[in-house]
Amino acid sequence: MGVIFFLVLFSIAVALIFLGAFFWAVKSGQFDDQYTPSIRILFDEKISSKQNKTQTTNRDS
Amino acid sequence: MSNVNAIELCCSHCGEPVLEFEQHTEELLFCCEGCKTVYHLLHDNDLCAYYNLDEKPGNTISGGIERKRFDYLIDQDVQNKLIDFTHASTASTSFFIPNIHCTSCVWLLENLNKLDDGILQGTVNFLKRQLTLLFDTDKTDLRSIVELLTSIGYEPDLKLEQLSERKKSTVQRNLWLKLGIAGFCFGNIMLFSFPEYLNLSTSSSENTFRIFFGALNIILALPVLLYSSSDYLKSAWAAVSQKGINLDVPISIGIVALFGRSLYEILSGTGAGYFDSFTGFIFFLLIGKLVQKKTFDRLSFDRDYRSYLPISALKLVNGLEESVTVEKLAIGDRIVLRNNELIPADSILESDMAMIDYSFITGESEPVSVKKGDQVFAGGKVCGMQAQMLVTKKVKHSYLVRLWEDNPSGLKDSKITGFADQISPYFTFAVLVIALASCIIWLQIEPAKAFNIFTAVLIVACPCALALSTPFTLGSATNILSLNGLFVKSTEVIEILSKTDTTVFDKTGTITDARNASITYHGSSLNKEELSLIKSAAQTSVHPFSKRIYNYLGNVGSLKPDSVEEITGKGIHALMDNTSLFMGNKQFVEQQTSLTINTKTSTSSQVHIAVNGSYKGYFEFENELRNGLSTLLNKLQRNYRIYLLSGDNEKDGERLHNLFGGWENMRFRQSPYQKQEFINALKTKGNHVLMLGDGLNDAGALQASSFGIAITDDTSSFSPACDAILDGEHLQDLDRHIGFSISSMNIIKASFVLSLIYNLTGLGFAITGYLSPLVAAILMPLSSVSVMVFTSVLTRIKAKQMGFKIWV
Repeated sequence: MGVIFFLVLFSIAVALIFLGAFFWAVKSGQFDDQYTPSIRILFDEKISSKQNKTQTTNRDS
Repeated sequence: MSNVNAIELCCSHCGEPVLEFEQHTEELLFCCEGCKTVYHLLHDNDLCAYYNLDEKPGNTISGGIERKRFDYLIDQDVQNKLIDFTHASTASTSFFIPNIHCTSCVWLLENLNKLDDGILQGTVNFLKRQLTLLFDTDKTDLRSIVELLTSIGYEPDLKLEQLSERKKSTVQRNLWLKLGIAGFCFGNIMLFSFPEYLNLSTSSSENTFRIFFGALNIILALPVLLYSSSDYLKSAWAAVSQKGINLDVPISIGIVALFGRSLYEILSGTGAGYFDSFTGFIFFLLIGKLVQKKTFDRLSFDRDYRSYLPISALKLVNGLEESVTVEKLAIGDRIVLRNNELIPADSILESDMAMIDYSFITGESEPVSVKKGDQVFAGGKVCGMQAQMLVTKKVKHSYLVRLWEDNPSGLKDSKITGFADQISPYFTFAVLVIALASCIIWLQIEPAKAFNIFTAVLIVACPCALALSTPFTLGSATNILSLNGLFVKSTEVIEILSKTDTTVFDKTGTITDARNASITYHGSSLNKEELSLIKSAAQTSVHPFSKRIYNYLGNVGSLKPDSVEEITGKGIHALMDNTSLFMGNKQFVEQQTSLTINTKTSTSSQVHIAVNGSYKGYFEFENELRNGLSTLLNKLQRNYRIYLLSGDNEKDGERLHNLFGGWENMRFRQSPYQKQEFINALKTKGNHVLMLGDGLNDAGALQASSFGIAITDDTSSFSPACDAILDGEHLQDLDRHIGFSISSMNIIKASFVLSLIYNLTGLGFAITGYLSPLVAAILMPLSSVSVMVFTSVLTRIKAKQMGFKIWV
């Protein structure tokens, strides 16, 4: 049954890593703004200028 | 021209209607030179994705920016206050930018580095309308950044208030950390307690396991007690040491009883303790607290006078204009103010004439004309030509600031004693009596068990559900009210709103819609050329009436008159070909044309028109009442007393006295002080006064009232200190807002009954001595969760019944 002590302590250690990750997330400000990231996900890395030129003209016609 | 307007051509940048054809390039149309410039700037820097993310996202660029305005940003003192931190050549700063409104805004502001090499990183917080920038001080400086932002239509809102203190709240982060710890320990302790619940331990290894898990549980429970629950213990201690009892007192008794009893059981080896219930209890309480903390970051409810003042002024030094922060203005300085700029300090006018718009301070709707040598007061807005002034008082001592500081917030019910806090003393007393009584009874029956029963009662009577019902109900109510136009300062104030029995309205800007004044023309009809000339003459003037006439003649084409001359505060004389136009007040037109104007004396404002020496007629202005006002007042009258307080004259009294139920309910020509006194008088009579106002002239009254609502048409613009901000479009819903706050309070009372039932059930177990850790572990989360669900669902059902929007 000695293995149970090891397993319990090990599981706590793993859980502590996640708690640490949560701490880091809070401290780095990830919980400060829960809205803007939902906007940011819409941005493409790079929209080529050629493509967007046609789009702009299309919209205005 | 009118045909063109019918097709509705919109500016490719900002979506404003395009009136003239001059500003187009390629196949794009622009409403003004400013928008065109921004488009080209973005186009040249490959930033056109801006236009693809959202429809016509730009902000109108009304005029070119004046380089001088931001000169004060070079000042080292100002920089130090604006910059959050500097490390080597990297600096960080953040701006509040009210114009942030869509996806494109976020994208552009986070890609500013393409426009300015010195900007390293930009991060937008959309809800706070805040832009945080990291920049290289070697390559760029604060002034260039602010100028860049202004030039693309995102002018930061730099206010004095911001300069004097910039605090970052870490409260919210701490709450998250506390919640994380409590959740972590709750989960783990519950797992370790499972063998105990199910009686799984075998006799041989029972003792070692008990010691091992007991030790682990104690170690895990300690941070919850010392860190997560510290707010409750501190608050309870503060209350007790001031000989008061709030809701945190019974909660803390429960916390201490739970922890002490569990510690004792484990150390003495008599049981497994209630650590799972303890940590779960704290976990749920903190969730409640997080819900309650929801605030509207982009709205400011506690603005002081500094928010109203500009940050800098143009000072004349040896005939040269120099930009200084208003704090540095000294008595005897000469300042120059342009059209639409606020006067920062009480001064004496040095220009010959000026028009000052005091609507902000007094509520009077028309600008007053001031002559050379007259006193002008801080907070007034210069209309028309630029004016030179001699500062006579420091900003700190000016009329505007005194207005503010003579309204000590002590007049306000400083501490909100909520319903839950009111019943806490009785609750605590009852719990202690029951615990002692059952302890004494058990001493007779079985003395060994008496201590256990005593602590069990304290544990089970802990008002967990009670403590959760208020934050969850009011949290949902806050959300629902905000979806329906009323933004409250904090969840607690909803309770005050529900007690309202008297409502007081301000007039200008509150019940009248400043942007929507009705204009009617009386007199002989004007031909097309005359109308065009009137429009063109009005276009050159900045007087509010001219602007309204200009908008009123929207479809008429404009001309380029040969000469336009404006006599500030009196009228305009325009010449075109052989047509000569005089428009202005009665006196002006009579003097200039030697005509006699016979109009019936009216209480409304009029602008008279004379063309080529003959009198044509006049434009009449009437402030339009907001939509649905009469219905609202009718409904309010059934349940509440209503009053009108106005800084303006009686001219609107005729049409309002029916709505307000007679002249005795209306007060005109009220100074800000008189308004405040009126409210205080009502309050002394024991009334709960709801005050609705909009300008600084109502600030005192709003602060004095039990519940102050600032009404605004643009929630990102500034409003005086208040308990709630109401979107102008939702004024007609005010009676329902109050009704909903009353329902919310009833829901809280109903959930109190529910939680009392849980407490009584628990007490049954406790008194009879059957409160095992398992019973506690089931009962506690069950009561907490059911109260959370009960209150949130019921609040939404009620809102739906009342016809409110309940989802975004």
